[in-house]
Amino acid sequence: MPYSIVAMGTSWGGLSAMMKLLGGLPADFPIPIVVVQHRSKDSDRLLVQLLQDATPLHVCEVEDKDLLLAGSVHVAPANYHLLVEQGYLSLTTEEPVRYSRPSIDVMFSSAADTYRSETIGVVLTGANEDGSSGLAYIVKRGGRALIQDPKTAEIPIMPDAAVKAVPTAEVLPLDQLAPRLLELSRGAAKADRRTAV
Amino acid sequence: MAVPITEAPATGAEPDPLALKPDLERIEIELLLEGIFRHYGFDFRAYAYASIRRRLWKRIDEEGLTSMSALQQRVLHEPAMMEKLLLDLSINVTAMFRDPSFYVTFREHVVPLLRTYPFIRIWHAGCSTGEEVYSMAMLLREEGLYDRSRIYATDINEVVLQRAKAGIFPLDRMQEYTDNYMRAGGKRSFSEYYTAKYGGALFDHSLTKNVVFSQHNLVTDRSFSEFNVVLCRNVLIYFDKTLQSKVHSLFYDSLAMFGVLVLGSKETLRFMSHEECYQQIAPPEKIFRKVR
Repeated sequence: MPYSIVAMGTSWGGLSAMMKLLGGLPADFPIPIVVVQHRSKDSDRLLVQLLQDATPLHVCEVEDKDLLLAGSVHVAPANYHLLVEQGYLSLTTEEPVRYSRPSIDVMFSSAADTYRSETIGVVLTGANEDGSSGLAYIVKRGGRALIQDPKTAEIPIMPDAAVKAVPTAEVLPLDQLAPRLLELSRGAAKADRRTAV
Repeated sequence: MAVPITEAPATGAEPDPLALKPDLERIEIELLLEGIFRHYGFDFRAYAYASIRRRLWKRIDEEGLTSMSALQQRVLHEPAMMEKLLLDLSINVTAMFRDPSFYVTFREHVVPLLRTYPFIRIWHAGCSTGEEVYSMAMLLREEGLYDRSRIYATDINEVVLQRAKAGIFPLDRMQEYTDNYMRAGGKRSFSEYYTAKYGGALFDHSLTKNVVFSQHNLVTDRSFSEFNVVLCRNVLIYFDKTLQSKVHSLFYDSLAMFGVLVLGSKETLRFMSHEECYQQIAPPEKIFRKVR
């Protein structure tokens, strides 16, 4: 089963969890990764910089209509929703969903609508329940769900809610998520390789 | 590799099972948008797909309908339903002094250019309920430029223009706006600009004495004048790339040489045919100057 997109959501504690997870992936990881991390609406580019320092993948903050690229981590900008289109990303300023903009549920649902069974959803540490209904929707559309084992999460509320919403999801300790993604990526759909940085 | 498929727990916003056939869903959405265009003249056919799909489903859920074709039936036969959908489809989320750093940069880098003009013409395209128009009017007044400026504030939606003209905004947002205003380099006390009235914050009417509010459709209408500044922030994100390119031609044609184009903070001119015609002033703010 080839995968075309990894959709990842996290909140409280997400920075260090993502640094660890993305740090465990190689520069030639073949599936584009899209990240929604809750953050203040005025936060600057520090998040992108810190993630970039932790991984060989190319980390970028999304601008409207950016192309989805293998080897890239596309991070939702503060104060916009991120929507996954076929091969690219769109931003919107629609109302916050469950007090969040960007909303993990909104990004997950659009990924599932666009890439269906080719979607891998990943929920990490966090202090609210955003992401759980989006993860359920990914699975409903035939995609795959991975959840950070709440026992290894800085704040277990978000992964706990996801486990409850998607009982069939794979629940893995943080340090086993990157190896599992690598495993799943073998046989991943051939995506465009980045040609320039 | 086997993929476990389970039923998601029922939620109120569960889409119709028809949506699980994405190609059919796409056909239905395209038919609906084509119908709206041919019957009402509103052209949403080149809007960004994921966003429009999301908003159509929201309307379907709120009406207690179950399919795209049921919505089509209602919209094409009930003008009132079209009105509702029009509000859904034109996103009207905005704020005074949204992205304060933009206003700081505008003061520093654009205001000096504007001072060299005897008369300043500004087009605010997609102004929605007007918060950013009032913000710009305050900025121009504080810089001593307002009396020789005219702002043409346009939107596709007549309802939001009426609200913009009324100049009454929710009181509960004044704290946020005051904070934005200060960080945007405001030179006075924000509360001088409004009085609490009619259950809202009524803004000083002299702020709109040089503002012309008017309906304009970026998709179908043409340029209507030549401007020194065109502001269009977080509007083009709702369009697909082809339509974005078309609207950029319209902006290019509407700008005087060395005029200034302002986009939203996460918008770009990349891959647009007019990219080479502009220079970005003071990145990362999305303020561009027409240079050829």
